Amino acid sequence: MAGKIRINIKYWIIGTIVLLLCIPIFIIFSHLFGTPTENWYHIYDNLLADYLTNTVIIVLGVSLITLFYGIGAAWCITRFELPFKNTLEWLLILPIAIPTYINGFAYSGLVDYAGPIRVFLRNVVGWDEIYFDIMNIYGVIWVMATVLYPYVFLSARTAFARQAGRLQEAASSLGRSKINSFFSVVLPVARPAIVAGLLLVVMETLNDYGTVKYYGVPTFTTGIFRAWLSLGDLQSAIYLSSMLMSLVFSIILLEKWQRGRAQYESGEKNDATPKQPLSGIKKWLALFMCVLPVLTGLFIPLFQLLYWSYFSWTAVVDAAFMEIIYNSFYLAGFAAIIVAVLAILLNYAVKLVRSQKWENIAKITMLGYSVPGAVIAVGIMIMIIGLDKYLIALLNETFDIKIKLLITGSVFALLYAYLVRYFAVGFGPMEAAFKSLPNSIGEAGRSLGSNPLRNLIRLDVPILSKAMIGTLLLVFVDVMKELPLTLILRPFNFPTLATNAFQYANDEMLTKSAPSSLLIILIGMIPVFLLNRLINTNKK
Amino acid sequence: MKPALEISQLTKTYPNATKPALDQVNLQVEKGEVLALTGESGCGKTTLLRSIAGFESVQSGNIRILGEEVADTKPEQRNVGLVFQDLALFPHMTVEKNIAYGLKKLDKAARKARIEEVLQLTGLSEYTNRYPHELSGGQKQRVALARALAVKPKILLLDEPFSNLDELLRVKVRQEILSILRSSGITTILVTHDAQDAFNMADRIAILKKGELIQVGTPENLFLQPVSPYVARFFGEISLLHGTQTPEGLKTSFGLLAYASDDSEVLLGLRPNAVQPTDTTGPLSGIVTQITFMGAFYEYILQAGHKDTEHLHLFRKQRDYEVGDEVYFTVSSEQVIEFKIKSM
Repeated sequence: MAGKIRINIKYWIIGTIVLLLCIPIFIIFSHLFGTPTENWYHIYDNLLADYLTNTVIIVLGVSLITLFYGIGAAWCITRFELPFKNTLEWLLILPIAIPTYINGFAYSGLVDYAGPIRVFLRNVVGWDEIYFDIMNIYGVIWVMATVLYPYVFLSARTAFARQAGRLQEAASSLGRSKINSFFSVVLPVARPAIVAGLLLVVMETLNDYGTVKYYGVPTFTTGIFRAWLSLGDLQSAIYLSSMLMSLVFSIILLEKWQRGRAQYESGEKNDATPKQPLSGIKKWLALFMCVLPVLTGLFIPLFQLLYWSYFSWTAVVDAAFMEIIYNSFYLAGFAAIIVAVLAILLNYAVKLVRSQKWENIAKITMLGYSVPGAVIAVGIMIMIIGLDKYLIALLNETFDIKIKLLITGSVFALLYAYLVRYFAVGFGPMEAAFKSLPNSIGEAGRSLGSNPLRNLIRLDVPILSKAMIGTLLLVFVDVMKELPLTLILRPFNFPTLATNAFQYANDEMLTKSAPSSLLIILIGMIPVFLLNRLINTNKK
Repeated sequence: MKPALEISQLTKTYPNATKPALDQVNLQVEKGEVLALTGESGCGKTTLLRSIAGFESVQSGNIRILGEEVADTKPEQRNVGLVFQDLALFPHMTVEKNIAYGLKKLDKAARKARIEEVLQLTGLSEYTNRYPHELSGGQKQRVALARALAVKPKILLLDEPFSNLDELLRVKVRQEILSILRSSGITTILVTHDAQDAFNMADRIAILKKGELIQVGTPENLFLQPVSPYVARFFGEISLLHGTQTPEGLKTSFGLLAYASDDSEVLLGLRPNAVQPTDTTGPLSGIVTQITFMGAFYEYILQAGHKDTEHLHLFRKQRDYEVGDEVYFTVSSEQVIEFKIKSM
């Protein structure tokens, strides 16, 4: 009997976690067939076309710039002998720590009337009539692309490091020039990896709310916020959400399709083709290709934020600010632990079940990562309001107790939303870690008298502690940066660093928003540093 | 007729390296010849190959291909074919596209004809539309060869061509490749660390050590008259024996050897088949310290005394001795290789 029960527990764990994480997403689809409100006709007739074209233009624009930055820098770093190569290599990754909306604040401040550029032109050069209008769709594209390109850079760098050198040599031994072989062989072979990196860029772009709101460019995410928070029209928010989700899923399918029949990963170790030394103008061009992204995506926004913080930190950093930091750490820490624990349980259960089918079922939980935060917020809200109404009615009827909304507007709802959105961030690395652990370890434990639970606690968890800390850190940072979910679901009067930065910026107090922004960025850089150190030790 | 390849005084030093990777290398390869380039890892054989292909720049010296100096020519303009160690097939192209890649200068009909020709030569006609990952190891090898041969290179370079194949496949693919090379009559330089590859395929073998070319010759020549133990070891087990010349013969740790040398201090190399056990006692003897069953034969290791480090290898079909037995033997002086002490 005991054996039978134990087997059941594994399936129950998988089933429960998968359901928990998918319900908010499925709820959106289930409400798709509700009756449209009057607002919807207004949105449909007057706004939807704008939402769609703006979203598509932003995605295309951001894709173009990130591809240029990411591929260009990755190529120069992997193929050429450059000065400061190692420093540049990780500086090129760091912009990933800057949330798009914070980059948006920094750039808008940089070029406004009181910003350093116009102050310089006015006071030193004497030009007063020069305007840099970036508060438009092109500005949005620029500020998003300059901090999102590292996703493309990372995947392109890996792909190039693996095979670019020897493929190019093979091509030139067959009589092709370097440029010719780059486009006919190197780029096509690296394409699947690059597109996978680009997919992450597109996801982040579609998830953004802070930048487009601040720059006043109507897109699907601002539409969802507006329909719901301004018009109080949940049904329209659902329509918009499901459209945005369809867009996301068709992009994912497109990516799967592009991989096609050819298998590009040769599975070989990194190729040892020596890097080429450059000289003269070529060397400066290659260096420029690597320095430009660092400048526009890291130094310029950081400089602006430091400049503001220098003036405002005495006014901003007080007891209330400490409480905001506490709120952020509390949310991010809690969310990270929940994600890590559930990711371990799910992976361990899958490992014990040893079936491809259940492994695939468990992978459904990664869906949430591709769904924009605003959409998840809508799904969670519907679910929780329903649950609250049910509880009120239940308690009222059965025990004659009258309560208010219990879960709605509580930290619980917010944590649940983080779990849905960021579970994949923890699940992916934990899955890889569990797979790297041979089954024989658990079997040895069993043969020495441990049950599966004791095995998990005494063997798997300690052995995988490094992967676990990595997971905690990644989720922590992602939650810390998260804006749209937090804005919608946070309890009343519960500011976090992200919402604080956004609120100040929206109230045109950019100077005061800078310390919060800076703190988010600095915390976000920690995993990049650690990861870089890990890569370097592995190289040795 | 000009040689297919003529290398003179070729020197290459990597940045930050103290010793040159190639040190004044001179080498000549005749048209249609297959030359194997071998030596221990890090000896410079791959650097030499890559210098011929044009992927390494050299500091000084000349590389002439059919009389034409190419040391400063870009790789894509040298018309030197290269089969990479890991083959470097283009994974996103079919077999046919891979082969066609180097033929962009030909017009459509000529290109098609050439592809057909190479496919025939390499026996790949059935696989034209396959992708590299859909082929077996030996088939991939032939595609890489076909791709390099398609452009009719002046020289073909093969870099460790069989290192990714298992032992059984290796022998088969080696024969296939060799017959393709012979029937196309192309001048070939083959880098390998495997003596069997070199013996089987090469007309001549060149041996490198620490960037220097130390011996070039036919396989028989290198096997029978190696200039140093380094060369000799490449082609099989060899035992080294120090000796002092006396009027009675050569004094060694195993006893007196009937051998006459011009020098007073001598270093001899003995192949296992040079050592012949005798039933009667004699001037040479050793004690069996180790016996290994090698399948077709037994390998015995003989030592002069327990403290002595010098040992001899002896191959026998049967298990004639046990550990601790004393074995008397003779050595035929024709089978002894004498090394000059300074070449050590």
